[in-house]
Amino acid sequence: MSAVSPVPKISVRNLDFHYGKFHALKDINLDVAPREVTAFIGPSGCGKSTLLRVFNRMYALYPNQVATGEVLLDQQNILDRRQDLHHLRSRVGMVFQKPTPFPMSIYENIAFGVRLHERIKKGALDDRIEAALRQAALWDEVKDKLRQSGMRLSGGQQQRLCIARAIAVKPDVLLLDEPASALDPISTLKIEELIYELRQNYTIVIVTHNMQQAARVSDYTAFMYLGELVEFGITNKIFTNPSQKQTEDYITGRYG
Amino acid sequence: MEPIHTHISRQFNAELEDIRTRVLQMGGMVERQIERAIESLVKGDVNLGEAVIMDDTKVNAMEVSIDEECNQIIAKRQPAASDLRLVVAVIKTITDLERIGDEAEKIARMAVRLAQEERPKNNYLEIQALGNRVQQMLRDALNAFARLDATAAVHSAQEDIKVDQDYDGVMRQMITFMMEDPRTISRMLNVIWAARALERIGDHASNICEYVIYLVKGKDVRHISLEQIEKEVLGGKSS
Repeated sequence: MSAVSPVPKISVRNLDFHYGKFHALKDINLDVAPREVTAFIGPSGCGKSTLLRVFNRMYALYPNQVATGEVLLDQQNILDRRQDLHHLRSRVGMVFQKPTPFPMSIYENIAFGVRLHERIKKGALDDRIEAALRQAALWDEVKDKLRQSGMRLSGGQQQRLCIARAIAVKPDVLLLDEPASALDPISTLKIEELIYELRQNYTIVIVTHNMQQAARVSDYTAFMYLGELVEFGITNKIFTNPSQKQTEDYITGRYG
Repeated sequence: MEPIHTHISRQFNAELEDIRTRVLQMGGMVERQIERAIESLVKGDVNLGEAVIMDDTKVNAMEVSIDEECNQIIAKRQPAASDLRLVVAVIKTITDLERIGDEAEKIARMAVRLAQEERPKNNYLEIQALGNRVQQMLRDALNAFARLDATAAVHSAQEDIKVDQDYDGVMRQMITFMMEDPRTISRMLNVIWAARALERIGDHASNICEYVIYLVKGKDVRHISLEQIEKEVLGGKSS
């Protein structure tokens, strides 16, 4: 199932994933297009978050979780044992459902990750932080209080801070796991607007339960069910005329 | 009517069923308008003609009301896939039905004028024949809509060719009459207007068929040839 043309940013080939004995992903094949937004949708437990977490090997933090097959990031198999995880995660950033600011200042929240990945002079760091906050559409709201704790921001601002933190280390790929599900509608729209802006510079993969959100923000949509990729294609087609009945039933609310 | 597969939200289900039912009711109302308009013309029945003209407001009101219901569904439910196509097809179908209503009203106006004139020997047989064909075509289109039957929609759309041929036949006949006896010109022009209205109804019915194909197959077949439509719908996957 490769709906995506030229050279994919990420190619998933015959990917299987096990949580202990549980077979969570079954022979997944798909291509993620560069500088486009790809959305994973499907009911809870379908494997969409698992698939997302394979892309930066987040699962490696836990025991008994095994991925087999290939996940090629720019033609390099990231499942390879020799893959440097630290390097991988600087290239593939991730933002979670609940905003996770560190208990430190807004400035330090972003500086922390940058310093972790590279040696950088103070002036350059300041510039980097401003650029990241601007890209995350947060700069105007926080520029006068960079030394204030990140925890004191609103939920929507915290989430944009997390996005700023992720992009400050200059990744190629941004993984967003339900980035707006804990936010109010206005903050949600700001995040969606931000995703639209960010796709000019980053390859974005988003997992969402909000199907209208997937329809609004993504270029490609993958529908997953019980660990299998049921349908993958151009978002405009999936939401007006899907090929598979299962997809149709799910997006129209007939599933269950 | 083919049932809609059940939604988790039964309320949503009911709303979709309701707009479909009301389109068919509006279709029935419009069919009746055409039937009565033709009858008033053929029989020279002024009262019936005026009743048809009056009743066009009911058709208009129905369009507005279904339109409103569709807007509500879009605002509240954000329909996707086949549900979205249903709502879009309904909005378009009722526009064409309303226009058909206008054409029926036009025929009725011609009927009222013609009733005051001399009657032809054949009692406007040609209008009756063209009318029958158009009515059948609209009935088939609405049945295809009710049954979500793309194949039937194609067949009904094909009928428009015959409607156009019949219309050309009427035109030739009228021109002949007018050349033979110029005193009939003003009367014949009214007949031509009525025939023209029937021909337009055929076009609107054909549009409805295209919406049915869009609804069922997810393919937009507007502005392509009938042959291509046949290939798309009958040639591809069965409906």
